[in-house]
Order: sequence, then C-alpha cells, then structure tokens
Amino acid sequence: MMDRFQQAFQEEARELLAELEAALLEMDQNPDAETVGRAFRALHTIKGSGAMFGFDQLAGFAHELETAFDRLRNGQLAVSSPLINLTLAAADQMKSMLEEAVGGTAADPERGRQILVELQRLMGSDGGTGSQTAAVSAPLRSGAEGPPRVWHVRFRPGPEVILHGTNPLLLLGELRELGNIQVKPDLSALPPLAELDPERCYTAWDVVLETGAAEDAIRDVFIFVQDECELQIEAVAGRDGPQPKAVPASRAAAGAASSIRVSAEKVDRLVNLVGELVNVQARLSEISARRDDPEVRAISEQVDRLTAELRENSMSIRMLPLRTTFERFRRLVRDLGVELHKQADLALEGADTELDKTVIDQLNDPLVHLIRNSMDHGIETPEARRAAGKPPVATIRLSACYSGAQVLIRVSDDGRGLDAHAIRARAIERGLIDPAATLSEPDLFSLILAPGFSTAAQVTDVSGRGVGMDVVRRNVEALRGSIDIASKAGEGLSVTLRLPLTLAIIDGLLVRVGPTHFVLPLATSLECVELTRQDIQAAHGHRLASVRGETIPYIRLSEYFEMAVSPPERERIMVVEAEDGHYGLVVDEVLGNHQTVIKNLGRLYRDVPMISGATILGNGTVALILDPHRLVENAIQTAARKQSAFHSFTQKDRNPCYVQ
Amino acid sequence: MSKTILTVDDSASIRQMVKFTLSEAGYAVIEAVDGQDALGKLAHPVHLVITDLNMPNLDGIGLIRSVRANPACKGIPILMLTTESQESRKVEGKAAGATGWIVKPFTKQQMLAVVKRLIG
Repeated sequence: MMDRFQQAFQEEARELLAELEAALLEMDQNPDAETVGRAFRALHTIKGSGAMFGFDQLAGFAHELETAFDRLRNGQLAVSSPLINLTLAAADQMKSMLEEAVGGTAADPERGRQILVELQRLMGSDGGTGSQTAAVSAPLRSGAEGPPRVWHVRFRPGPEVILHGTNPLLLLGELRELGNIQVKPDLSALPPLAELDPERCYTAWDVVLETGAAEDAIRDVFIFVQDECELQIEAVAGRDGPQPKAVPASRAAAGAASSIRVSAEKVDRLVNLVGELVNVQARLSEISARRDDPEVRAISEQVDRLTAELRENSMSIRMLPLRTTFERFRRLVRDLGVELHKQADLALEGADTELDKTVIDQLNDPLVHLIRNSMDHGIETPEARRAAGKPPVATIRLSACYSGAQVLIRVSDDGRGLDAHAIRARAIERGLIDPAATLSEPDLFSLILAPGFSTAAQVTDVSGRGVGMDVVRRNVEALRGSIDIASKAGEGLSVTLRLPLTLAIIDGLLVRVGPTHFVLPLATSLECVELTRQDIQAAHGHRLASVRGETIPYIRLSEYFEMAVSPPERERIMVVEAEDGHYGLVVDEVLGNHQTVIKNLGRLYRDVPMISGATILGNGTVALILDPHRLVENAIQTAARKQSAFHSFTQKDRNPCYVQ
Repeated sequence: MSKTILTVDDSASIRQMVKFTLSEAGYAVIEAVDGQDALGKLAHPVHLVITDLNMPNLDGIGLIRSVRANPACKGIPILMLTTESQESRKVEGKAAGATGWIVKPFTKQQMLAVVKRLIG
C-alpha cells in the first residue's frame, strides 16, 4: 500500500500507545469517564487507522480491547486492576506487532492469544466474540455486472434531505452512470408558491434505468437517504429498452411525406372547431389568471400553447398559393386580346403568396372583372399605343404581397388610365356628387366603384355596362377587404385589393380603453410605448409623440370613439403600421396577446370601415377588432375636414404606396 | 473553482490519507484535529465535512449537531467515518444530521465514490 501513510501511521500509533499507557496509569489512580474515554479513543484510532493502512492483525487485536473499553465507558464493566494490567500488557503486545510489521522482531502470537483469552474472562461470558470481526467493510458496490435489465426506480426523498446535505440530483447523476436512464420528475406534491419552502424537497422522480448492475448496486446509490425517503426499485418485465415506442414512429416516417386530399368541408369544420377551442381556451386563461392556482395555470398555459399551435397548423392547411388562380388569367388575357384586337402580356408577381382558400375562391370573380376592365377600357389598340410612344404590346401586371395581416393583390396596366374629368362629369350627371364639391383624386376614383357607374362611351361584350366595379367592390367587401385605386392619365391604372390573410382567426393584441376592450391585429402592431402627462405637455397641444427619434402622430382612441372616460396618468401608445407610415393609437392599457376568432358584426355594422369584426373574450364580453389602416385613414379624413383637432395629420405628407 | 472539503480527525495518518486522496482528485482540503477545531475552520466556505466520530474536546456527533444548528452552514453535506462496530453511533450520527458515512477501513476509490455522490 502507501508507504508514506504506513510510516505516518506507525509514528501515530506509537504516540497513541503512549497515550494509552498514560491513560491506563491515570485510570489506576482516578478511574473517571474522562480517562476511560482517552484510552478508548486511543484504541479506537489504532483499530480504525490500522485497518486503513494494512495493519490488520494490530487492528483486530485493538478491536477486542476497544470492545472491552466501550463496555467500561458505558458502565457495563467496572475498572479493575487486573483489567488495567492486562491492557498494559496488551499495549506492549501491540508495540511488538507494530515493530513486526516494519521488519522488527516478531510479536509472540501465543502471548497475544493469552491476553485475549484473559480479556474474555474478565469481561464475563457475554463478552467479546473472540473472533476477528473488525476491519471488514462491505464493498460499496456489491452489484456484479449481469445482462442489462430494465428497472423502474421511484424515488421520493424526504422533505429534509436537502437540509441534511443530500443533493438528490447527484444521486440521479450517479444512477445515470449505471446505464441508460430516463428520468421524469413528479411535481404533484409541489405546494403553491406562497407556501413553498425553498429548503425543502417536494419533487419525486420516476426513473427508467437500463443497466447490467444488480439491484443492490442501485439500492446502494440511495443508501444514505434510505431511512428518509420513499424508494421502490422494481425490475420491469422482459429486456425491452426504455423506448419501445420508438420503432413505430420511424416506420411511420418512412411511409409519409406525401399528401392526401381532404374535402374542403372537413377542413372548414376543423377550422371552426379550432375557433371554438380558441374561445374556450380564452375563458380558461381568464379563469386561471383570476385563481392563483399553479396547477390550473400550468394546464392553462399548456392548453394555450397547444391551441396556438393547432390553430396555426389548421390555418396552414387552408392556405394555398395564388399561383393556380393567377395562371388561369393568362388564357383570359390572350382570349380577350384576340377578341378586342389588342396585344397584352400578363406578368405575374408574388404568385407564391399564400392566402386562405376561402379568400382565394371568392377572389376569382373580382380579378376577372378587373382584368376585363383593363383590357377593354385601359389598354389601347397597338396603333394608338405606338402613337402615344408606348410599346405596342401592353402589360397587365398581377401581383400579390403580404402587408402585415393582409395580402395586397394588385392589378395594374400601362393603358390610358382613368380620365378624372370624365368621371367627375359623369358623377355630377348621375347626381353622385355636388357640382361644387372638390374631391381628391383617390376619392374621385373611388366613385367608379359605385353601382352602375361607367364612363365607357359604348357598351361592349366584354365590359362597360357599369356592373363590373360594383361586383368587385361587393366581393372584396364580403371578404372584409378594401379597394384602392390609383391612376395617372395616359400612363395606366392600378387597382389594389387589400384582403385579410385569413377569415377565421388572427393573432391579436388586446388593449383596453376605459371599460372597453379592442383587438389590434398583431401583424400591424409594432411596439408599445408610454405616454405620460409630461410627454403631452411637451408636444404643446399637438398629438405627436417622439418614439426612438421618430415623431409619430397619434390618435387617442377614447376621443376618436367619443368615449366618456378619463385617461389614466400613464397611457400607452401602440405604434401601428399604416400604409403611409407609423401612427400611434393611444389606449389605457395593453393587456397582451390574444388569439382572436373573428366574428362578423352583421349587416348593420358591416359598413363601419375601421372595425374589421368582433371577437368574444374569455369573460364573454365582446371586443371590436380594429383595422388600423382604415382607422388612421378615417382619422386623417376627419382631421382634414375639421382642420383643427388632428392638425398634425394634415402636415404629414401622404405617400401612398399605390402611386408608383 | 475546486470544492473545499474539511477533514476532521484526531488521527494524523487518517487526515493525511484523506487529504492526499482528495487533493489528488482535485478537491481543496482543510484539516481539523477535532470538532472544536473544525467549528473554527467552518468560517470559510466548505462544501463537505468528513469527520471522525471519536475525538477529544468535541466529538463527531457534537460537531454534526453544531454544524446543523448553524444557519450559515445550512445543507452542508457531512460524512462520518465509522467502524463496523459502531452501528449505534452511526444511527446517532444520522439522527444528528449526518448526510452519509464511510466505514473504516475504506479504499481511495470507495471514498471518492461517496464524496462524488455528495458534492459531485
């Protein structure tokens, strides 16, 4: 073994034997507990350390003496001269044993035996065992490696284990070293946070362990805590690995990756159910937020996550790229070209943009009308085009792109464009506008969407009857969309359809103004900043706020909707993205994300432009879904009329994206 | 940072052996000759106490009780060194708040395995 340790022990043992002698001599005079204790400790250390460093014979001998002195110490045996004399002789014997171990003269084994026999006699018949029981310790790991087996280990440490210095995680770590392991915590005993004592252990663990080690080896890991823990170790039948379910999963993966055809009704039904689920989930969230029950909250949060994922997945099933729809119009453009003796190419952009199938289905008719209009009224004959310095072959551009929660679909051509004067004249003629009215170009152009409005000099087979644009408008509005028209005389026309990405459910941001809740589409919400009284004063009456160096005009929703509520000390500005820049909507409070199932408002309220629908909140109340783009637009128009309250809006340059 | 272990034993050879074994395994080791000495050395942060039971002045059981009564040393693992013949002492030590035990004689590997179980 380690020589330096043996040497150190010898020196120490000599000192201990001297100490033993001194204690024994004092005991002869004054046999008190203190001196007995000294002698006992000396013997105990000789025994313990001797065994550690390979002095087994010495340790065994010391053990017998220690046993006797333990009885002395406990008062089971009285101090007597013969015992002291015998122990002094034993000390001499131990000195000899110590010398023998390092190559000195051999100790007399017969003498040692005599001493032990005599000790036996002194201690009485029920004394020591006489056998050399000391210095044998069970090995820490008794489990021999066998064939791997699966064990189920349930371990619930007592609440005090951490205070007693045990880290249960290290025990699990030790289990891990035995083989493959799967650990599942059981938190069922976890109290509410307010009652939780961080120094107590509330967790239990279920462990599936695959190991070749024997049960004893597993049990041995928990030996220190076995008295204060609940421990079950059971062999699981058979030699299955911990994950027998892994096989079918991989088998399934091999066969999948193709697609299946499902009827649209089934998908619609699924989406409807998801919508109901989202509503129920909102109620659950609401209730779990009110009750401070961590168990309920954990479930609610999990349901929340799952619902969001389920919703996204079901929605993505309904999303289709626009390409198929767009491609169909190539034929239309070609056929119309032949019929009208015009030449036009159809250019597609963003055909991979995905849109809800329901929206796409209802988009076909409006697009047909728009393309017909362009071909018939917009695009000139090749001769006229040449005369105007344009290429003889016209281009109709059909494009799609995302804009927040909306999709913009634009049909544009490079034809003659709208004649603002003709429209104006026609509108006056039909009594749509007052002859004295001054209208902006976009307002004027939007008149062509009125029912029966046509500036065409003659009605052709293709269009001109004045039904086209009205149909477009009605279809688009049924989809909760809107239309923007831009045109420049002689250069072309661009009609933009602004459509919601989906008709069913959106990610919303729930805000509160007074007692009323509103939902803003998350896709157009950029950030939320504070608006304090100081900020308001600093703007000198203008409704402007500085957000990251950018001056942003804002609309106070309580004023806009003429709600009789007093604003709180700190209001919130939700910065939203409108078409021509960033605007702020001032609310009392921003409550957070809300999975919003869109409900129609019904016929009476359908024409309110800045409200795109309503949703039902967890507590059953209704929240209106705002269309920030329309809201800002409407506020600007109102401001332009009033020229006072929303002064700041008129100063902001309008730069609509559809003028290109 | 290496973890610090306080070894408490009135036997210098045991202390030396414990210190050698643990230092070799990368632990920092502080020595104390008995319980009284150990309490003074617990002013420094210690991750584990390995104590003998039979010691003059303050024995192992007394040391365990004092450590458990000291809020600054809450939850420190305490290992006691026992011998096979001290079953009752082992129970006493456990009741006083000892975390585990090592039965003498033990090998280096056995001690390291137990230390690892308690402080990683």
